[in-house]
Amino acid sequence: MTTLLLADHDQHTLSDATARALTAASATGGTVHLLVAGHNIGAVAEAAAKLSGVGTVLVADDPALAHGLAEPVAATILEHAGDYDTIVAPATATGKDVLPRIAARLDVMQISDVTRIVAPDTFERPIYAGNAVETVKTSDKIRVLTVRTSAFSPAEAGDTPAEIKTVTVPQTSWRARFEEEIVTKSDRPDLSSAKIVISGGRALGSADRFRDTLGPLAERLNAAIGASRAAVDAGYAPNDLQVGQTGKVVAPDLYIALGISGAIQHLAGMKDSKIIVAINKDEDAPIFQIADYGLVGDLFQIVPEFEKALG
Amino acid sequence: MKTILVPVKMVLDANVRPRVRADETGVDLTGMRLSINPFCEIAVEEAVRLKEAGHAEDIVVVSIGPAKAQDTLRQALAMGADRALHIQTDDSPEPLAIAKLLRAVVEQEKPDLVILGKQAVDDDCNQTGQMLASLLDWPQATFASTVSVDGDRLRVTREIDAGLQILSLPLPAVITTDLRLNEPRHCALPNIMKARKKPLTVTSPSDYGVDTTRRLTILSVRPPAGRKAGIRVSSAAELVGDLRQAGVL
Repeated sequence: MTTLLLADHDQHTLSDATARALTAASATGGTVHLLVAGHNIGAVAEAAAKLSGVGTVLVADDPALAHGLAEPVAATILEHAGDYDTIVAPATATGKDVLPRIAARLDVMQISDVTRIVAPDTFERPIYAGNAVETVKTSDKIRVLTVRTSAFSPAEAGDTPAEIKTVTVPQTSWRARFEEEIVTKSDRPDLSSAKIVISGGRALGSADRFRDTLGPLAERLNAAIGASRAAVDAGYAPNDLQVGQTGKVVAPDLYIALGISGAIQHLAGMKDSKIIVAINKDEDAPIFQIADYGLVGDLFQIVPEFEKALG
Repeated sequence: MKTILVPVKMVLDANVRPRVRADETGVDLTGMRLSINPFCEIAVEEAVRLKEAGHAEDIVVVSIGPAKAQDTLRQALAMGADRALHIQTDDSPEPLAIAKLLRAVVEQEKPDLVILGKQAVDDDCNQTGQMLASLLDWPQATFASTVSVDGDRLRVTREIDAGLQILSLPLPAVITTDLRLNEPRHCALPNIMKARKKPLTVTSPSDYGVDTTRRLTILSVRPPAGRKAGIRVSSAAELVGDLRQAGVL
């Protein structure tokens, strides 16, 4: 049995999501091959080869793959899919974009956002914004899955680096054309894998106040910053900070929700955090129902007091 | 472009807390409010805006579901779609089967653009649009937060993990919608009344020669692990003390 795992990276660095998806891929049984698709990705391939549980690293290096577009990445995987009985990707934006194209071409169902591998053909996954967990068994001979990375711990470094092999990339004219990327550069830890996340809601009131209130505290705690949908919609934070059912799903050791009411869709993105702290002016805010520690009050007073108490 | 096809799904209303049946067979929908999937509603709105801006002539909405799915189609017609197709089934087909049915509809209707919601808020699969694009061998732009017409191409901004990505796609293409693409209009009564006169055709999956047999067997549906009730603290200082003791600070 062999599993193919699509690595997640930004062309320079292998992401933490890959190491977590690798833990899941290894649980499907059999050898795991890690496919690194991109352009000028030698360093990413070498990092991938160092992970424990990788049988071989396959490198697909081509200008067409430079931005992770679905058509060329899916076509590359399909060119080499014949050898594998399980195809896995982390449920990142790329994984979600690419993998269903493969499942459809192979005429198999995809199982999205897997949180537990029960057996090579049986998986647990959240539905209804995580308000229910379904266990499904597939009858398809080839299993195609995306993995919810917050549900798996990252694979560690292995003893011997895996072999790195180059694989071909289909040469054709692709229809979708990359134009531009607008990415938020930050020194903060990555939201999807940070140990501490501080999230702000619409109560922050403005982009400046959002940044000025959460920034120093996040800096102090070496935390990532997240946001509710309402805060992003209002323009207080960029879209890539959104935590929720259809945004990022996080499970840090500590999640501090500032001025977030706790809509079902937000909870879906953070309710598996180890410890949840809620700070809100409204004592009836639903978030208090799942918070381990709740503090009712004005966040603009409480945050400075919190920083002071940190010393 | 001439025709835009918008598939829509009826789901448990997104504001209703789902109740898991005690026998672990699924979520209980009896007597619960069912509504258009929020992302599908955004897709309908985007199609209507493209038509209002003069970029399209004809909007066809399609839903694959039970009799009640017609309510969702009527709402889409009230928002400004022109024709509706109801592929009636009580089976809840999987995304793969839905994509195959939609491919058959595309072959009939020959749209230049298919816009779908990125995921249904009940099964949270996030697959149908991408599967359809693959079956049709069309380009795709998923998680769209803006769509603009650029000559004979579409310029689409996508919400990705690191921020935003802008793609240019030729037609025909598949787009899936993200939350911030637009805010759907509420339907005024006159439009709801007018919608009753718009054509709504009913067919069934067997009319398209598509096998909708499920590939996945649902072994169980259970509530998620619960969290123990927490405590209220009365000050930031107390909170810091507690978090230090808990070992997270």
